[in-house]
Amino acid sequence: MSIQAMSLSGRKKEVSNKKMTFVESLYLWTILKGMMITISHLFTRKVTIKYPEEVRERSVVYRGQHSLKRDEQGRENCTACGLCALSCPAEAITMTAAERLPSEKHLYREEKYAKVYEINMLRCIFCGLCEEACPKDAVYLTESKVLVPSMYDREDFIFGKDKLVMPLTQAMKNAQLNNAN
Amino acid sequence: MDHSIIIEKGIFIFIIFAITMVMAMYSTLAERKVAAWLQDRIGPNRAGAGGILQPLADGLKLFSKEEFLPDTPNKFLFVVGPAISMSVALMTSAVIPWGDKLHLFGKDIILQATDIDVSILYVFGVLSVGVYGIMIGGWASNNKFSLMSAMRAASQMISYEVAMGLALIALLMMSGTLSLREISLQQHGMHWNVFYQPVGFIIFLICSFAETNRTPFDLAECEAELIGGYHTEYSSMRMGFYLFAEYASMFISSTIIAVLYFGGYNYPGMAWAIENWGVNPANVLGIVVLFIKICFFIFFYMWVRWTIPRFRYDQLMRLGWKMLIPLAIANIIVTGIVILWADGKF
Ligand code: SF4
Ligand code: SF4
Repeated sequence: MSIQAMSLSGRKKEVSNKKMTFVESLYLWTILKGMMITISHLFTRKVTIKYPEEVRERSVVYRGQHSLKRDEQGRENCTACGLCALSCPAEAITMTAAERLPSEKHLYREEKYAKVYEINMLRCIFCGLCEEACPKDAVYLTESKVLVPSMYDREDFIFGKDKLVMPLTQAMKNAQLNNAN
Repeated sequence: MDHSIIIEKGIFIFIIFAITMVMAMYSTLAERKVAAWLQDRIGPNRAGAGGILQPLADGLKLFSKEEFLPDTPNKFLFVVGPAISMSVALMTSAVIPWGDKLHLFGKDIILQATDIDVSILYVFGVLSVGVYGIMIGGWASNNKFSLMSAMRAASQMISYEVAMGLALIALLMMSGTLSLREISLQQHGMHWNVFYQPVGFIIFLICSFAETNRTPFDLAECEAELIGGYHTEYSSMRMGFYLFAEYASMFISSTIIAVLYFGGYNYPGMAWAIENWGVNPANVLGIVVLFIKICFFIFFYMWVRWTIPRFRYDQLMRLGWKMLIPLAIANIIVTGIVILWADGKF
């Protein structure tokens, strides 16, 4: 088979440069055919998703807003090792570490914890490398299912622990589910 | 002449003005809705129920924009350009017969602002002044892209006016009058001109697209070559006037097509309706019918716009001069022969 005749899609069409007849060059018939195609679309189902009211179904590995995990006992997983900040290509993560006091054993799982943990959501590119880097299973984007909302001030996009750490009630619910399984 | 006729006509003109404005306003919404539907989308639906307040929102936005004046030596012309376009678009509605007549307050009111004998000539005279609005605007913008776009629009409108006029001559040979009211009356029953002048109708329709600068002849506006076209330098409500004039003239040209070729306010069974329901209900129905026809043609304009790509400029000129004009002349000759033959002259 010659290379000119090959077609992968099977939809290849030879371009013809033949001269148009007078009737053809008035374009009327072809225009009419085209209009029949468009009018049929007037009645087809519309594909628009009306966003705030309807939300498109997301993939299971969709990377949304980060969430800092707690373990089954409701203690924060993060040990402020800084690997997430190191792996972040956008340099979006900062943290300040602190030592856990004996009285705080029920709050933090490891001896060292993040006193301040901030992610700048304007810098973040939602690549998920922090999630991959974390040795303590502490930071996840794939499980939050939350979108970062739009806001007016740049300062508002620096999310601290108040917004990132998963709620205690949810941690308890997860633990119950795990026990049940 | 008594005063009542002035009041009567005054009210009538005011109503027509309001209707033209509203139709033009809602054409902008309809255009976006039709575009969306033909592309399997929904279209603007946030302002009001189903987007019904969208034109108001657009108007408000245009009003609140900065009124920018470019550094041009022709400040006066710059301001006059959009005004000409707008007034021309509104002036033609004066001679359109919107309905036959209404019997109110003990006298017959003719549903036409003025019935001049040469209404068709008036319409075409006014429409050709519309070129000046675009030309002056493009010229006074002191911007070469605006000027080029205005030149394109002007030469296109002038070339297609020739074919349009020739198509119309065949119609006038049949009707024997220049008055739109007479032409409407002649199409009583189902004697619509489109059945007698199909070729003339198609030529007229194509030329109307060119006259209103609509796709496939919307070469005046071209992002790739000419930016926004002749209104590139305009902003705020002056720009709004140009856009508005475009839609108003679309409405008017739909009206003219409906009146000239599709029987105007006539509908089948009108004579029966007048006899059985009386003059007023039958004629009100006639107005409604006319507006249905107009709306169909406005929809038709949009339908075509979202179906076919535009012509190249040389194709446009070839279509106008080499196809439509010979076809229109042939149409005149055939019409003439048929008229003579029908009169038994052969
Ligand atoms: S998702 Fe990527 S960019 Fe965002 S914080 Fe994590 S590593 Fe940085
Ligand atoms: S989130 Fe994970 S990687 Fe980041 S500091 Fe905490 S433990 Fe380390």
